[in-house]
Amino acid sequence: MEGEMGQVVSMPKLGEKAPEFDALTTFGTLKLSDFKGSWVIMFSHPADFTPVCTTEFMAFAKIQPELKKRGVELLGLSVDSITSHIAWARNIEEKTGVKINFPIIADLNKEVSAKFGMVHPGQSKTETVRAVFVIDANQVIRLILYYPLTTGRNMDEILRVVDALQTSDANGVATPANWRPGDMVIVPPPKTQEMADARMKQGFECVDWYFCKKKL
Amino acid sequence: MPCVSPDGKPSESGVKMLGSVSAGKTSVEDIAAASGMPLFRVRSGLRELAEAGYVAEQDGRYSLTDLGRAAL
Repeated sequence: MEGEMGQVVSMPKLGEKAPEFDALTTFGTLKLSDFKGSWVIMFSHPADFTPVCTTEFMAFAKIQPELKKRGVELLGLSVDSITSHIAWARNIEEKTGVKINFPIIADLNKEVSAKFGMVHPGQSKTETVRAVFVIDANQVIRLILYYPLTTGRNMDEILRVVDALQTSDANGVATPANWRPGDMVIVPPPKTQEMADARMKQGFECVDWYFCKKKL
Repeated sequence: MPCVSPDGKPSESGVKMLGSVSAGKTSVEDIAAASGMPLFRVRSGLRELAEAGYVAEQDGRYSLTDLGRAAL
């Protein structure tokens, strides 16, 4: 991907440290490293005072208590100004009663959005797409979602993937398709013949030696 | 919600943090627990308070300066 100055900007990848930044937000100047020790959902939206983004902000605000229980902070971003962000957050509260209680980056010069690959010129040359970066307590990128301008994000899925990632970390397991907390998890496949022979005798629910599930 | 207002005085959240430091909480984690504020807000707030001269930091521990004591 080419940056504004013609240099090649690398998109962040899963498993990499999230790029550090120093950004003006509605909560003052924040660095990504200020969040160390907490998980962060950093997300971009195309523009303040637009309908899909307003529904998303209300939805993010509604899941914020659940995210807090999981040690996750929210951090929004768009290329609008601080004044615009403040006015929009106040407008949302005034019109809907939903308080926006998380910082929003005013990325007017697109410095942060460039680092995170949030501007997709095929969608818009001037606005950020609906990106979601789930960053863990060690500041490693654990999940990336991109939604187009037309399509609002699904908060159930965002909570679900946080639960799935944190469950995998805590228990050394993987989670199957459509997994929900309380469902069985996948035991990592055996890496040796000996382990494969032993696997079927370990009391797991197995389809075959490579595909075993267990309750947590 | 910066911790130092444009007039240079600590904001409400800034005073809250200064109060925690005054009560003997010196690490980011302890100040966050005492003030009920998230870690990121405490880190950024203490940075602002230090730049404005209200707190001093040494080896990750914070203490009030004369200016910080006067602000409480």
